[in-house]
Amino acid sequence: MLIQLDFSAVLASWPLLVRGVVWTIGLTIVGTVLGLLLGTACAWARARNLGHRPAPLRWAVASYVELVRNTPFIVQLFFLFFGLPALGLKLSPEFASALAMVINLGAYSAEIIRAGIEATPRGQIEAAHSLALTPGQTFRRVVLPPALQKVWPAMVSQIIIVMLGSAVCGQISTPELSYAANLISSNTFRAFEAFILATAVYLLLSMATRRLLMWMGARFLVGR
Amino acid sequence: MPTAVEATPAAAAPVHPHDGILVGPPPIVDITALRKSYGTNEVLKGIDMKVARGEVICIIGKSGSGKSTLLRCVNGLEEFQEGALSVNGKKLLHDNPAAMRELRQQVGMIFQSFNLFPHLSVGRNIMLAPTLVKARSAQEAEAQARKLLQRVGLAEKFDAMPDQLSGGQQQRVAIARALAMEPQVLLCDEITSALDPELVGEVLRVVESLAQEGMTLMMVTHEMAFARKVSDRVIFMHQGRVHEQGTPAQLFGSPQTPELQQFLSSLHD
Amino acid sequence: MVEFSIWDILRNLLMAARWTVTLSLIAFIGGGLVGLMLLVARLSKVRGVERAVGAYVQVFQGTPLLMQLFLAYFGIALFGIKTSPWTAAAVALTLYTSAYLTEIWRGCVASIPKGQWEAAQSLALNFAEQLRHVVLPQALRIAVPPTVGFLVQVIKGTALASVIGFVELTKAGSMISNATFQPFLVYACVALLYFALCFPVSLVAQSLERKLHANRR
Repeated sequence: MLIQLDFSAVLASWPLLVRGVVWTIGLTIVGTVLGLLLGTACAWARARNLGHRPAPLRWAVASYVELVRNTPFIVQLFFLFFGLPALGLKLSPEFASALAMVINLGAYSAEIIRAGIEATPRGQIEAAHSLALTPGQTFRRVVLPPALQKVWPAMVSQIIIVMLGSAVCGQISTPELSYAANLISSNTFRAFEAFILATAVYLLLSMATRRLLMWMGARFLVGR
Repeated sequence: MPTAVEATPAAAAPVHPHDGILVGPPPIVDITALRKSYGTNEVLKGIDMKVARGEVICIIGKSGSGKSTLLRCVNGLEEFQEGALSVNGKKLLHDNPAAMRELRQQVGMIFQSFNLFPHLSVGRNIMLAPTLVKARSAQEAEAQARKLLQRVGLAEKFDAMPDQLSGGQQQRVAIARALAMEPQVLLCDEITSALDPELVGEVLRVVESLAQEGMTLMMVTHEMAFARKVSDRVIFMHQGRVHEQGTPAQLFGSPQTPELQQFLSSLHD
Repeated sequence: MVEFSIWDILRNLLMAARWTVTLSLIAFIGGGLVGLMLLVARLSKVRGVERAVGAYVQVFQGTPLLMQLFLAYFGIALFGIKTSPWTAAAVALTLYTSAYLTEIWRGCVASIPKGQWEAAQSLALNFAEQLRHVVLPQALRIAVPPTVGFLVQVIKGTALASVIGFVELTKAGSMISNATFQPFLVYACVALLYFALCFPVSLVAQSLERKLHANRR
């Protein structure tokens, strides 16, 4: 019943797949590092237990977060890549992809980190103030590390989601893994084999990344 | 010597105070050479125990001695690897759901943490099992539930939800719920350990009245005064074995083994 | 060149949005049914089922939805069945949803204390009765907020169906943007329409979550 599956042509194109993997990982790293920074800043702006923030700031961040979380990533990407040029802002596919991932992860991590911050026992903050730490020091040394530790599993899951979401970036010709699969598929006319192989690589990537990130969390976040 | 695996009348046998072998009708719970391990850790190291109908047994011992595990073996919540366990003459067969269902209608259990069903009212908690398992009609089950609530002193709480009751009240509802199935044996697993001290009395009073009515009780408890007062036999377990047993007077009055002496003196600290 | 007003754009987008809603509902309901069957199978303790379903969940959660859509589109065709983008998208999204929902629900059942199971067993209830009368009613309450929350993910997921040619909101946006040469406006409208669909659902899920925690003290 099954037509012959022929992987040979697809496997022969492994350099393209490797390049795709490298781009996927690269985009994920950029998206994660900058997205976490952005998310931390937003979480700080919205956290209810760190002190009073000006209402416009809180509103701006809230709008950003809700807008990003309630629209599809592909639409955000298309808006940046196709929509901005109409305003004179032309972005390369790679830059648009990275930017979209940063903005996307930024919004989700803002909520995740905010949950961690708001779970800080009040006594911790009071103790820090009593020891004459500045708000900045309190945030960076007392509040943030335990918060990150608490939410790290959720954060890892979100990073994996963004990494898998990067597959869409191939649609604007960013040379990542799904783009490689599409290319191979049109070169070899072996669409199913190409996509099955790419999917298997994604599965391995997501499993390996999860292990790595969980290990990093245990290594760097606990017991400093 | 009685064999008591099937429902045969026991042969006459001498009464040995430390064997607990009884003369007369067959025991309602018969445990023979029971062994249980969790992985490589053996927690029950060969238990022999016979409980007569209407007998009140209190099982005492340090934590980790296997008391709760033994109790949970009797109604099949824990599986054992070696030995035999019979209730009312019928062997406990873990792999036979029909047999287990039958067994659990004969044996009721009260838990330390009550385990009332939070999404059902008190009345429905009690009515659930009779309606499903014994196919009682809703009216019959309700009438029975009201009667049982009356018996445990909570007649007015029929429509209350469990989270509206105190711990002592919840535990009394749990007793009513178990009684609704008309069991022959009630297993009580540290039923007052999770209660505030002032609520312990109301629960123990209900259990005492059950004992006076002739219910067979197997209780794991720390309430030594209660055990002294109400039980026919006290069993001291130590490191997975029945270490000493006898009447309350014998066990509390003249403990024979150093382990029991140590246990009893540690209670007074 | 024809002048397109914002109303023209919106009207066309709204027509396409119908398909987004339809696909979302089919995937959500279908995925819910499959997910429920998988959940009961998992709970039945039949040997090997937990591992099989666990692997199924791992595959769907560990690979991009885009790839799943491609595989459905090209894979079903391999069997000689004519696949339209609509069928492929419906199948892929249904299976995707089933994997996530079964995992969410498994977590909810696992959070029911063991004592509830034991009390039900001690009262001689069989497995089906334990599930139906004691465990599932409690798990259901806990499951409602995250399940409603996942509907938002499903709606956003339908946007990827555009890549295999299904004409829903995102695809319509691409087409209209090409026709009108106003990508900024068009994609902004597309985003706002998705927002209009998803944000209310998000709010409902959040309020359900708050109510649940308030009740459980």
